[in-house]
Amino acid sequence: MELIYLDNAATTPVDPRVKEAMLPYLEGQFGNPSSVHSAGQAVRHAVEEARGSVAALIGARADEIYFTSGGTEADNWALKGTAWAKSDKGNHIITTSVEHHAVIEACHYLSKHGFEITLLPVDGYGMVNPDDVRRAITPKTILISVMHANNEIGTIQPVAEIGKIARERGVLFHIDAVQTVGHLPVNVNDLNADMLSASGHKLYGPKGTGALYIRKGTRIDSLLSGGSQERGKRPGTENVPGIVGFGKAADIARVEMAAETERLYLLRDRLSSELLALIPDSQLNGHPILRLPNNVNISFSYVEGESLVLNLDFDGICASTGSACSSSSLEPSHVLLACGKVAEEAHGSLRFSLGKFTQDSDIDAVTEALPRIVKKLRAMSPLAPRAAAR
Amino acid sequence: MTSTGPAAYSPLVIDHVKNPRNIGEMDHPDGVGRVGNPVCGDVMELYIRVKDRIITDASFKTFGCGAAIATSSMVTEMVKGKTVDEALEISNKAVAEALGGLPPVKMHCSLLAEEALKKAVENYYERRGEKPPFETAVKEHHH
Ligand code: FES
Repeated sequence: MELIYLDNAATTPVDPRVKEAMLPYLEGQFGNPSSVHSAGQAVRHAVEEARGSVAALIGARADEIYFTSGGTEADNWALKGTAWAKSDKGNHIITTSVEHHAVIEACHYLSKHGFEITLLPVDGYGMVNPDDVRRAITPKTILISVMHANNEIGTIQPVAEIGKIARERGVLFHIDAVQTVGHLPVNVNDLNADMLSASGHKLYGPKGTGALYIRKGTRIDSLLSGGSQERGKRPGTENVPGIVGFGKAADIARVEMAAETERLYLLRDRLSSELLALIPDSQLNGHPILRLPNNVNISFSYVEGESLVLNLDFDGICASTGSACSSSSLEPSHVLLACGKVAEEAHGSLRFSLGKFTQDSDIDAVTEALPRIVKKLRAMSPLAPRAAAR
Repeated sequence: MTSTGPAAYSPLVIDHVKNPRNIGEMDHPDGVGRVGNPVCGDVMELYIRVKDRIITDASFKTFGCGAAIATSSMVTEMVKGKTVDEALEISNKAVAEALGGLPPVKMHCSLLAEEALKKAVENYYERRGEKPPFETAVKEHHH
């Protein structure tokens, strides 16, 4: 059975061209970029080239890019690093109720250390209102952190506007752009970002790679202590093959993004409109228009998400109930709850995230399988009215 | 968080999710039990048919995760042929074991099966106007 992979928001496969680019650094080119000898310096050069590639993808300067182990580290660094560096200025941080766990849990940690966190609400589409941000700012506010697009429901936030407000009020602004870098145009200047997180394995690069953009002049403490790598801000020997792969993935995305996005919009809209038409009592989650080009998130009444995922898997289709990170927790998605869904609806949600290897035939497979699966599960659901179970 | 997602399900759990045994509402059952988990929102209904105190048939309806479906399916298999009082001795652990184990975070799902069965037996005694030989009213479990 051929695998139909529609969980690209969890992770993407490595692009074959990325793998090619990485191979030399797993074989002959093993030097430590910190070494002064030529074996080290050749590798240093590759790391700096990758830095330039990532910078170019988001409109930054190369010396504003700091490589990390992934999006989670970048988010943690932005939040905790700013909090510790600015604690003399204030202790208030503003974020939203639909952020990724990497941001929410970092805030939770900071709240135990004397910081005050404001979690802004969202509307039914998962959208933050910039006016709420404006109202939440106090003289003690040191940081605003808002994600560019939501990983579960795909809603794109008005980050440029929020960044403008932050700038006017002299508050630092961080964007978790893990779901958008490489998929939508991201420009740190247009978005008024002081910091921005990205992850390599969401754009066909290897896992264990990421970056934090830090605007020149922004004061931020380091999470790690050690050597002078990454200009002393992020010590630890560089993950050279990973960084090179991330850089290559960034180059490919920069060139191919526009055409790929257009292609995905068509596939995405076909998938969601056909599922909504074929399956009664189904509802699209997230914003109908301002959403990621590859995200389809639908709630199916009377059935539960994990059983949907398992049954799709029997047909060789990989999907998700929301974020992969929360698949082992019993609580319904905090994002759907924040959008005003009741627990029961939130439990029956399914996320498909398409990618550059997704074909029309994959969409056909889902629209064939899912109506059958929902029917099967509704037939055994004590919540389904008899008519819906038929 | 440990790896406790669906990937950790045993082959037998997966088999019961794929082909659940004894699904559906029963016409004129001799006992019905309905329970819900307040945390995850899952709901289970269990039906039994009893002849001469022996459970001759059982079926279920479940809204829930893979573990909830598999444990309800398994428990309906396990009770058949047992007397109502023997059925009361089936614990959630026994159901989970019969399935080849459950991931720790999913153990509570098997409680639903145990409680639904207890309630169905309780309901059977009620319908006959008899007092059940155990403490009535299964306590709601809060996690
Ligand atoms: S998660 Fe609720 S019964 Fe399994």
